[in-house]
Amino acid sequence: MKKSDQKKYWKTNLKYVAILLSIWFVVSYGFGIVFVDELNSIRIGGFKLGFWFAQQGSIYVFTILIFVYVRLMNKLDAKYNLES
Amino acid sequence: MDLQIWTWVLVGITFSLYIGIAIWSRAGSTKEFYVAGGGVSPLANGLATAADWMSAASFISMAGIISFNGYDGSVYLMGWTGGYVLLALLLAPYLRKFGKFTVPDFIGDRYYSNVARSVAVFCALIVSFTYVAGQMRGVGLVFSRFLEVNINTGVIIGMVIVLFYAVLGGMKGITYTQVAQYCVLIFAFMVPAIFISIQMTGNPIPQIGFGGQDANGVYLLDKLDGLHRDLGFAEYTSGSKSKLDVFFITAALMVGTAGLPHVIVRFFTVKKVSDARKSAGWALLFIMILYTTAPAIAVFSRTNMIETVNNKEYKNMPSWFSTWEETGLLSFNDINNDGKIQYLADPSKNELIVDKDIMVLANPEIAGLPNWVIALVAAGGLAAALSTAAGLLLVISASVSHDLIKKMIKPDISEKGELVAARLSAVVAVCVAGYFGINPPDFVAATVALAFGLAAASFFPAIILGIFTKKMNKEGAISGMVVGVLAMLFYMLKFKFNWFGGGTKEDWWLGISPEGFGTVAMIINFIVSIIISKFTPDPPLEVQEIVTNIRIPSGVGEATHS
Repeated sequence: MKKSDQKKYWKTNLKYVAILLSIWFVVSYGFGIVFVDELNSIRIGGFKLGFWFAQQGSIYVFTILIFVYVRLMNKLDAKYNLES
Repeated sequence: MDLQIWTWVLVGITFSLYIGIAIWSRAGSTKEFYVAGGGVSPLANGLATAADWMSAASFISMAGIISFNGYDGSVYLMGWTGGYVLLALLLAPYLRKFGKFTVPDFIGDRYYSNVARSVAVFCALIVSFTYVAGQMRGVGLVFSRFLEVNINTGVIIGMVIVLFYAVLGGMKGITYTQVAQYCVLIFAFMVPAIFISIQMTGNPIPQIGFGGQDANGVYLLDKLDGLHRDLGFAEYTSGSKSKLDVFFITAALMVGTAGLPHVIVRFFTVKKVSDARKSAGWALLFIMILYTTAPAIAVFSRTNMIETVNNKEYKNMPSWFSTWEETGLLSFNDINNDGKIQYLADPSKNELIVDKDIMVLANPEIAGLPNWVIALVAAGGLAAALSTAAGLLLVISASVSHDLIKKMIKPDISEKGELVAARLSAVVAVCVAGYFGINPPDFVAATVALAFGLAAASFFPAIILGIFTKKMNKEGAISGMVVGVLAMLFYMLKFKFNWFGGGTKEDWWLGISPEGFGTVAMIINFIVSIIISKFTPDPPLEVQEIVTNIRIPSGVGEATHS
């Protein structure tokens, strides 16, 4: 693998990680902790939204984020012929 | 059939299953012993990681903690799941590519130093021992309540089982028993939850049910908030901890999870880098099932308990009340002598003390579910405790036989000799863990938080900097780990054990609890590492080459020995 390709591959990876971790941060620390009181004024059925994010929603989003990363990276590996 | 017989039958069946798997999957080489031969499928590894991770604390205690703390309990839900995102995105793929057996292996090689390796071994041992003591107690607790054997006998039975499959099978045996244990524990957790959800809300999915309405059309969470207000507790859905502290505790638990050696090593067992990512996803999916159900159980059991006992005649209590009273986990003291139970937030008027650990275990009885469901919970609790104990014991034995003996004390030890050393250290570790299970030191509860804090303060920054910067050198990493761990120990000893002058809640720095201080210690580690590395020589070129290499997933070697 060429040096320049290695750099590009790594940069794209870092970009994916940065985007996904921002979402990770927003749903847990943002919705579940910092803005929990504001979100609690919104209700979905019996759930206050902030409470729901802290005890349910953040966990669902975490799981989805990992599978999204798996997909993105498998595609990226294929593009650079890095599947082992 | 009565409860005891059901419990013996279910525990007997599951234990024979674990032993059967252990005999079938004996380890023949160190590679099989440490990393299960390195060919575990991502799905199986996901299942095993989930069982490895979900301990007696997750199965028995967590729903109870949430039940008593309401919103504040969210720190555990987010903290113990969010770490998997960090693992999948920042650690697992690269550590798998690096391809060694243990976490100290990575630290020692990446920082080209046996001092770094020793610090890592020391941290791995403390973290794993504090953690394993709690598991053995969980085993004892389940045995003593459900099978009415003495707690110590329970611990010894648990020790013999773990000894059998961990010593015989190593990581290979542990992996496949953990797959079975996941199935047992999730079934045992879900069945009562589904039953109770239907009973209380008419919805079979607990995750939706606890946002639903009861028979009178009142939302369950509103009803519980109301009950809490009436009894003088903080509102269930609002919580009473400071936001800053909730933030820091959640972060410490997330980062600690990602830095726990027994979790990280599971990712050494898969074939290739993409499998490491995928198995992190599977693991969190399987963990998610339990972790999103736990807050539902918390709400059901809290409401059920308050409605069953509060302001009711003591002599009319159902039979589970007296059985749990006998264990000492439930106690009633009729302060105002009216023969009724008053359950109140005010400690001077409250007459009922409920241990958080009984919420999951007693929940099916409180809800009046059939005996086989109650027995199932016992088998599930044992599966959760044993699977985690086995994973931890493996880390301990690998730290001794591989990191200490093979890498530092006697590098010319033969493959066979190392395997014997690994088995012997597993035996010693089981005995030490059993000792702590029988004579639990008072500090066990306090030290589980310490385990996460230490993992966050030591491993996480060292591994992240080792992967994401090429210039991080041994001087930086070692001083970062040492300062981070010392800061964590200092804070914990000061506020949990009253050393160094002690202190109360009011003295916490910025209101951050010892549980949340792991985040501060981690930040200290990062800062110290980066500053020191700027003033000391760059790592050798071949080490920088390692870093370039682990960032590329192809050409992955098998997990190797040298």
